[in-house]
Amino acid sequence: MNKTAAAKEKKTREPLFHIVKKSGIVWWKAWLIRIAAVIAALMVVAVITLVMTGQNPLEMYKAMLDGAVGNSTRTWNLLQDTALLLLVALAVTPAFKMRFWNIGAQGQVLAGVLATTACLRYFTDKLPTPLLFVVMILCAILAGAVWAVIPSIFKAYLNTNETLFTLMMNYIAINLVAFFCFRWSKNSGNDVIGLINRKSKVGWLPEIGGNKFLLIVLTVAVLTVVSFIYLKYSKHGYELSVVGESENTARYIGINVKSVVIRTVILSGAICGLAGFLLVSGVHHTMTTEVEGGRGFTAIIVSWMAHFNPFYMILTSFLIVFMEKGAIQVASSKNLQLDDNFSSIVIGIIILFIIGCEFFINYKIKFKSKNKEEEALKQ
Amino acid sequence: MKKFLALALVLVMVFALAACGANKADEDTKAADTEKTADGETIKIGFIYLHDQNSTYDRNFMEGAKEACEKLGVEYIEKTPIPEGNECYEAAVDLVNQGCSLVFADSFGHEEFMIQAAEEYPEVEFCHATGTMAHTEGLANFHNAFASIYEGRYLAGIASGMKLNEMIEAGEFKPEEAKIGYVGAYTYAEVISGYTSFFLGARSVCPTATMEVQFTGSWYDETAEKNAAETLIERGCKLISQHADSMGAPTACEDAGVPDVSYNGSTLEACPNTFIVSSRINWEPYFEYIINCVKNDEAIDTDWTGTIATGSVVLTEVNEKAAAEGTVEAIEEAKAKLEAGELEVFDTSTFTVTVAEDKNQKATVDDEGHLTGYNADVDTDEAFEGDTEVVEDGAFKESKFRSAPYFDIMIDGIETLNAKY
Repeated sequence: MNKTAAAKEKKTREPLFHIVKKSGIVWWKAWLIRIAAVIAALMVVAVITLVMTGQNPLEMYKAMLDGAVGNSTRTWNLLQDTALLLLVALAVTPAFKMRFWNIGAQGQVLAGVLATTACLRYFTDKLPTPLLFVVMILCAILAGAVWAVIPSIFKAYLNTNETLFTLMMNYIAINLVAFFCFRWSKNSGNDVIGLINRKSKVGWLPEIGGNKFLLIVLTVAVLTVVSFIYLKYSKHGYELSVVGESENTARYIGINVKSVVIRTVILSGAICGLAGFLLVSGVHHTMTTEVEGGRGFTAIIVSWMAHFNPFYMILTSFLIVFMEKGAIQVASSKNLQLDDNFSSIVIGIIILFIIGCEFFINYKIKFKSKNKEEEALKQ
Repeated sequence: MKKFLALALVLVMVFALAACGANKADEDTKAADTEKTADGETIKIGFIYLHDQNSTYDRNFMEGAKEACEKLGVEYIEKTPIPEGNECYEAAVDLVNQGCSLVFADSFGHEEFMIQAAEEYPEVEFCHATGTMAHTEGLANFHNAFASIYEGRYLAGIASGMKLNEMIEAGEFKPEEAKIGYVGAYTYAEVISGYTSFFLGARSVCPTATMEVQFTGSWYDETAEKNAAETLIERGCKLISQHADSMGAPTACEDAGVPDVSYNGSTLEACPNTFIVSSRINWEPYFEYIINCVKNDEAIDTDWTGTIATGSVVLTEVNEKAAAEGTVEAIEEAKAKLEAGELEVFDTSTFTVTVAEDKNQKATVDDEGHLTGYNADVDTDEAFEGDTEVVEDGAFKESKFRSAPYFDIMIDGIETLNAKY
């Protein structure tokens, strides 16, 4: 009886390996795995580059570095874009931590963009500049918050699917922006607004000591610290993480889930709106459907890769913007016969490896051990 | 946390070190280059493109740039894809930092970012295609360029008129059913000027021709363009042409077996049975011109208009399989007349205009509806106000007061199906 049972067992469950969740990992081990993943990714990319295109991968990496930090203007651009991506990542983080799948950051940023542009168009002559800034910032924040709160109310009261809802809100925002680009176009019948207040520079974010990037970078740096404190040490931050872990637990300990959901999503949208303001007033000084630059979606990767920790997000957003900036140089380098599509493949592979390595940090693979087999046989 | 910070610092240092290395290498190559051409003739040109080579619009520029630069032996750097935002300014500055003495951008929305860069770097020349602001901006180093592509459209229109005639003679439809379909991007002067000249070319050989225009509200939207072409075919259009950058309309025509006159280059390969001919702007002559200006330290025209004579307005080879007999000869004949100045595309005696409350307010017409005057918006302003009289000697003078088109009259015989864009 025993023997047959053991034999049966042996026949039925004999996986080559099985996966075990690690309970905790020393910090340096985790980072070792991550660095190994990046190195592995770079090697795989090198092989792919060589095999698929016949180009020198070292030349490509050099071009990437050069494109990202090749001179001081490039470096400042890199820092500014890192800050902007980080800001959108900070915006989506509270909602994601609460397990509210807000993929509508794109639309919320564009709502802020639209509001800022409208203020610039209609209030430039009517308001003194400091007041104009106040109005622009408030309108942008409000617009972003409104764009986010609509799906969150539906989620809280009717339990609609927020993923689809926020996604659809993106399309509405994009097409609203497209509509107003056409409406406010500088030439009849076209869709190009052009630089707003190009000559007077009214409503353009001021430079600090002749540096137009610094204000954005500093603003985002401050917000990063604030949002770290908010998430980690405030009552709000605690409540939203409880709601994220388990809504029932939250209810049991007396948290008003509906109000936490709505409040957190408003916060998300408001920061997105602020990002929209910075994009118009601080960077582009115009509106197109592309000013948002895909940050709404990239920010989700940034936030996830950093495990919703604002300080880690500095690193992840830096990494992504670094590669994107490098990619432009790769495409324009004469030494390489590569276009920007290949750069996108490279970025994709590297991100895939970095995300993939989290598996090895969180789980252990246990191979079928011979000892156990022998033990089973003995029995 | 401390440990993490330390690690981040290390990473940053590694990046910084690597960056220094890269910088050095860059300088080395520069030094080597100047050595090669010791006579001080090193000229670097920077190009900024909206999309990569998969867009017919941008590819047309890239091919011209490559040809001109290789012919004149100058170094060039291309940046793609650069959206119509601050990225354009950033790219222009970066090209200047890389040592370019001439920077060119190819898309309408790049214009003000180029001006912004031009103001900042007065020693560098900035050229921009399709723009409208150079002649009023008063910047010595910012220049616009376009070509009299309406002449090319007119010639392509002749090819389509002959095709319609052939189909009428073959008994495929009655003369009054000779309707052309046109897929346009926006109700922008460039598009209106294009389809009107095309239509006038067609009607000069097929007097009963009419036209319907469907707008897509985008310069590049393959699905929308295909749908628009299909709608037009369903509505009874016998021939299609387009002003939009994708393969949408040509492929819809090939599927439906409807003849198509293309734009921006030949679509013969994808549409062997329906492609007739295509007009396009050849940018090589302009590039050659501006590079030579920089080389010889001469001033570049503030507002340059390429013509058939400069080799800027060209037609692809006629596809004999789809085109009517005698098309090549008819085009050559009209082309010679255009070059000699015997023929005006927008000759006011060839079309009539209806002035109504909601259309053509800037036009004045005689009793028969022929145009006698038009106050065009040549100098860009927010209210789109007219500022220049552009009808002279019985013709609407397109591209004379500014290289970029300003013909935006809705003439009789052309119906716009959706004027919302």
